[in-house]
Amino acid sequence: REKMWGILRQRGIDGGGLSLRRTRSASVSARSYAAGSKEMTVRDALNSAIDEEMSADPKVFVMGEEVGQYQGAYKITKGLLEKYGPERVYDTPITEAGFTGIGVGAAYAGLKPVVEFMTFNFSMQAIDHIINSAAKSNYMSAGQINVPIVFRGPNGAAAGVGAQHSQCYAAWYASVPGLKVLAPYSAEDARGLLKAAIRDPDPVVFLENELLYGESFPISEEALDSSFCLPIGKAKIERQGKDVTIVTFSKMVGFALKAAEKLAEEGISAEVINLRSIRPLDRATINASVRKTSRLVTVEEGFPQHGVCAEICASVVEESFSYLDAPVERIAGADVPMPYAANLERLALPQVEDIVRAAKRACYRSK
Amino acid sequence: MALSRLSLRSNRFLRPSTTAAALPSSIRRHVSTDTTPITIETAVPFESHLCDAPSRSVETSSAEILSFFRDMARMRRMEIAADSLYKSKLIRGFCHLYDGQEALAVGMEAAITRKDAIITSYRDHCTFLGRGGELVDAFSELMGRKRGCSNGKGGSMHFYKKDACFYGGHGIVGAQIPLGCGLAFAQKYSKEEFVTFTLYGDGAANQGQLFEALNIAALWDLPAILVCENNHYGMGTATWRSAKSPAYFKRGDYVPGLKVDGMDALAVKQACKFAKEHALKNGPIVLEMDTYRYHGHSMSDPGSTYRTRDEVSGVRQVRDPIERVRKLLLSHDIATEKELKDMEKEVRKEVDDAVAQAKESPVPEPSELFTNMYVKDCGVESFGADRKELKVTLT
Repeated sequence: REKMWGILRQRGIDGGGLSLRRTRSASVSARSYAAGSKEMTVRDALNSAIDEEMSADPKVFVMGEEVGQYQGAYKITKGLLEKYGPERVYDTPITEAGFTGIGVGAAYAGLKPVVEFMTFNFSMQAIDHIINSAAKSNYMSAGQINVPIVFRGPNGAAAGVGAQHSQCYAAWYASVPGLKVLAPYSAEDARGLLKAAIRDPDPVVFLENELLYGESFPISEEALDSSFCLPIGKAKIERQGKDVTIVTFSKMVGFALKAAEKLAEEGISAEVINLRSIRPLDRATINASVRKTSRLVTVEEGFPQHGVCAEICASVVEESFSYLDAPVERIAGADVPMPYAANLERLALPQVEDIVRAAKRACYRSK
Repeated sequence: MALSRLSLRSNRFLRPSTTAAALPSSIRRHVSTDTTPITIETAVPFESHLCDAPSRSVETSSAEILSFFRDMARMRRMEIAADSLYKSKLIRGFCHLYDGQEALAVGMEAAITRKDAIITSYRDHCTFLGRGGELVDAFSELMGRKRGCSNGKGGSMHFYKKDACFYGGHGIVGAQIPLGCGLAFAQKYSKEEFVTFTLYGDGAANQGQLFEALNIAALWDLPAILVCENNHYGMGTATWRSAKSPAYFKRGDYVPGLKVDGMDALAVKQACKFAKEHALKNGPIVLEMDTYRYHGHSMSDPGSTYRTRDEVSGVRQVRDPIERVRKLLLSHDIATEKELKDMEKEVRKEVDDAVAQAKESPVPEPSELFTNMYVKDCGVESFGADRKELKVTLT
């Protein structure tokens, strides 16, 4: 493994990015030497996705704070500067409004920027460019100016980072027509959705999760292929069930799956849907599931008022009202700025027991 | 504009005015295509910051100066026509007019190619025309018709012409500046020898994102030219009330700058030519164009509560860009008064015809409500006001 790293590093110094055009990222190649079924962390999945798309299309470039020499604040862009050089990987000053606008302008001219926000909290400094300069341009110009840009970075709560660094922006961005908003959960989601986002000719907001970066997931050969892509706008049924539908995205998918295990012990069969895409929202899959189970529990980490869950509940009540056997349920972050103290932070975020309780309520089972 | 020196490479076409007037127009007309170089001195010197100012002697030709006259006259008439269309309620919402600032649009075009990019604010009608946009497309857009340059979906502030590298038309003050630096980034990335002119007003000159983008442009040597169209008022606020330092050409600090008489099309041309050469070699530069708008900020603003009518008419008398070019054409015998008046009549007719044609254009189909949201629709649903009544799958 070290030998391979050494060879790749040498090539990087001598030949620059172009000579390595068809090489897979080192982390993937190294993994394929491990015995048994393949696993991949979300971090490596994202890194390999960016690497492959940069290799395939010279118009793709990466821009953001610490993405180059620092190897990425969360190491998502590790190795890319070395492999592709400073003309494909750009370290920016701490000026979100400026560099986001520059990214959007570059996309106007046909390049394919991958703009990293160190966290999406900082995207608020650049939100005018995401919404007014990127999302609306294709419409306002009647198709003359499309914006093939990806805005990516960690979104939502981390651990102990306090009120200004913990907000979830899924609801905000997903309300805007003209944007596509994706939220991966597993390594396969991360690879397939990010590759789809980079190839997509429209602006994509790609909401990652810091606490998922280090998590390992099994990954198929198909997902490891450099042509692998997931469709945008299609949710995934992570677990089949017949008594209650639990719909969520990102980190909460893991919590929902744990909740489903607990519910199964009590004879409740929960169907867990991983949205993958917040905009477009896969209403068809959600409604088909609720028409089967008759019960809905929606889960998100973000603020409860006007959230993603509110949209899902409204959609189900509008389209599948006569199929519902119970009121729709929402489990969301507490309606407070994120506190720092560990016990308060735990109270401010959905826990597995909250999801279990809501599912039981929907099934008319008391505690 | 006082002309101090005039040097001619050839004086074959310098006729005494009496002889010129006697010639039938069919013989005189060939002067409009005369590209023999002539040199004109700008009336006002350039002021520079961290660079050597370009020469005041501008290379031009009779054909070019005549084209300035015609193009500016067309722009002027378009804006005046827009004014009356707005008052007749055929144009709705915001309408920001450029009359008085025409020299900037024509002077810039004379110095650059259609592969150099331009991006500007919401005061974009004349910039669109300068990039080769059609009058009928402009009027149709203003009136929200299908024939509009944005199919009626953009409006006054959102004209674009991508095939001429005109990237709009932006409603958020200052947003176009980082966008323009991004266009320059793409030009450098693609190793093209073209530049981007990003236009903004004295109001936008204080925006933080300008300094953020300029910092990056200077660090990365982007071929970005920031052009401050200083018409002295940011909506109703005069420069002395909004900027601690109204020397906009110096505000780039470590970035060189040039102050230009923005009412002199030839000075604008010279400055833009200089800026393009500079940007390709040395990275960003700031141009401050000293200009003036006759209308208020928009059609909702009479423009007289924060400035005197005397000030406006004073500028019109002394600095009007079209009058200056007219005087130049007359004093150099490039055209007669009658020819210029005839040209203005032709332009007026052109504009009137375009307005009439635009009025004939239908409004967009209702289905257009849902088009152009995405390039790749992937079966997305979209909804009207009553989602049970109007639901569309985008394909």
